[in-house]
Amino acid sequence: MDLNRRELLAGAGKFIILSGSARAALNGDTQNYNRAEHWWGMAIDVSKCIGCGNCVRACAAENGVPKGYFRTWVERYQINGDDSEHPKVDSPDGGINGFPPRHATGVKSFFVPKLCNHCVDSPCVQSCPVGATFDSPDGVVLVDEKYCVGCRYCIQACPYGCRYLHPTKHTADKCTLCYHRITKGLTTACCEACPTGARKLADLKNPADPVHEFLRENNVQVLKPYMATRAKVFYKDLDGAVR
Amino acid sequence: MAPGVQGFMYPNEVELQWSVLIVLYPYITGLVAGAFILASLSRIFNIAAVKPIYRLSLLTALAFLLVAPLPLQLHLGHPERSFEMYLTPHKTSAMAMFGFVYLWYLLAVLLTEIWLDYRGDIVHQAQTRRAPLKWLYAVLTLGSYNVSPGSRRIDDRVGWVVTLIGIPSAFLLHGYVGFIFGSVKANPWWSTPLMPVVFLFSAMVSGIAAVLVVYQAVTRIRGRKVDMACLDTVAKYLFYVFVLDFSLEMLDLVHRMYESNESFRALDFMVHTRLFVSQIVLQIYLGTLLPIAMLALTQVVKLRPAVRSVLYTVASSLTLIGILAMRWNVVIGGQLFSKSFLGYTTYKMEFVTREGLLPAIALMILPFPILWVLLKLLPPWEEKAAT
Repeated sequence: MDLNRRELLAGAGKFIILSGSARAALNGDTQNYNRAEHWWGMAIDVSKCIGCGNCVRACAAENGVPKGYFRTWVERYQINGDDSEHPKVDSPDGGINGFPPRHATGVKSFFVPKLCNHCVDSPCVQSCPVGATFDSPDGVVLVDEKYCVGCRYCIQACPYGCRYLHPTKHTADKCTLCYHRITKGLTTACCEACPTGARKLADLKNPADPVHEFLRENNVQVLKPYMATRAKVFYKDLDGAVR
Repeated sequence: MAPGVQGFMYPNEVELQWSVLIVLYPYITGLVAGAFILASLSRIFNIAAVKPIYRLSLLTALAFLLVAPLPLQLHLGHPERSFEMYLTPHKTSAMAMFGFVYLWYLLAVLLTEIWLDYRGDIVHQAQTRRAPLKWLYAVLTLGSYNVSPGSRRIDDRVGWVVTLIGIPSAFLLHGYVGFIFGSVKANPWWSTPLMPVVFLFSAMVSGIAAVLVVYQAVTRIRGRKVDMACLDTVAKYLFYVFVLDFSLEMLDLVHRMYESNESFRALDFMVHTRLFVSQIVLQIYLGTLLPIAMLALTQVVKLRPAVRSVLYTVASSLTLIGILAMRWNVVIGGQLFSKSFLGYTTYKMEFVTREGLLPAIALMILPFPILWVLLKLLPPWEEKAAT
């Protein structure tokens, strides 16, 4: 690639400015964040997921997720012919180390990243007896670990299996959509680590967010729509076999 | 694949969240509600035959009610925060009201009814006993020593009203526990509007069976003769309520089988494998059909009192096992399959841990020493009550 001096200086300038803002964000600059201006969700392109497990590792590292529990995980579906009611699904250790090669041939196979759907009508928020699980004004379902009594009703209420009881804190734990990052202008750890861009943080209140085009231009589904939870994780080209 | 897992579970589902202690929670509240409803109905409808077990039923209900919150406390990740449910209840939560329902039932219904009924005895004990028991009874009088016939008539009238309020309260207590499960739409094993109704009827079945067993045991320990008329009447109630309860459970089963929706295959598989012993053998055959058959036998064939008494005891004991198995199948069974309907996990019950088998056994034994103390303090026997 040929670069002239002007382009080199412009690029270097952009780098300095961007890295400066990134540093400011990482250092905790949430002062300019207005919760009323955002409505968070995620857009997932199933066809782009390669099952590498980067997202699961990044999430675990970023959020200190205990071993054996998952704020996000990846499932591999294998469907033989027309038997979509009985797909073969695996997710070894939540896909944190990727997947072993599949031996079956002639089957439809694809990966599905999963995480909390940050539902608008969350069964977990509804069921929490003390209100420790709550909706943030910007559409993220969070748990106040200083208030949670650890009754685990929310875990039972989640149709997607996204919650667990933290083994040392003894409170409910789940994906926060990296709230500590997104309120500083960063994306989530999983989205940042995804090498193919299969996962994209989506601000549904931002008219300039590409999610609007994503929703408009594609066949988009949420998981278990019959649960009527108004999930905000949108999947492109999601196979009907996925649960 | 994690040990004990068959097929595919969402990774966070492998570990069961609600243990054997949560099995005990509906079981114990069911015994409370059932015993109370038995006592109350006999009082409201003035059924003389059941009078010998009226007070015993109330004390049995109280003994179990005092233990009812303990399995929940032991189960919580942060029991020290449980009081938050009273201070800041989350109004949309089906679970948040349990504390209030419990307190209402304990304070406004059960303790009030027992106090009003026993007030004459308590005052008598406070005036005749020696210290320190005298002091205890003095406290129990709550400062009210007026036991004139007029005052006792008022007690009786107010008690009758409390009983009347108590019946829907007992329905509420256990129907509500059923609703905690029945309202979880994510779980097809639980999510049915029949759940509170089935819980209620099974509660009545277990409560009546418990009173039958306790009455016979206590009477024999005291060396007295069992009142067969009372026993026959209570057993008849048990039979009728049991038939209703079983019909409701079968309605639920037939409905699920006929609908055969997406969850049915997974649930059907579970019933034929992991829940076979607890559901088919213990709950349905040994815990329901056999006791119903035994009770039916006593209704249609004229048997000697000694034989009837044995049949009632065996049928009631089997019933108690069957209802415990039913609670197990609801609570544990509802967590053995994946919400993806593609796999199954296993419940590994621990022994000497906070949520293990040992505390569960201790919690099931605990109501009996409490009942013993209550029987000593507030003897329910007719001959004592007459003094």
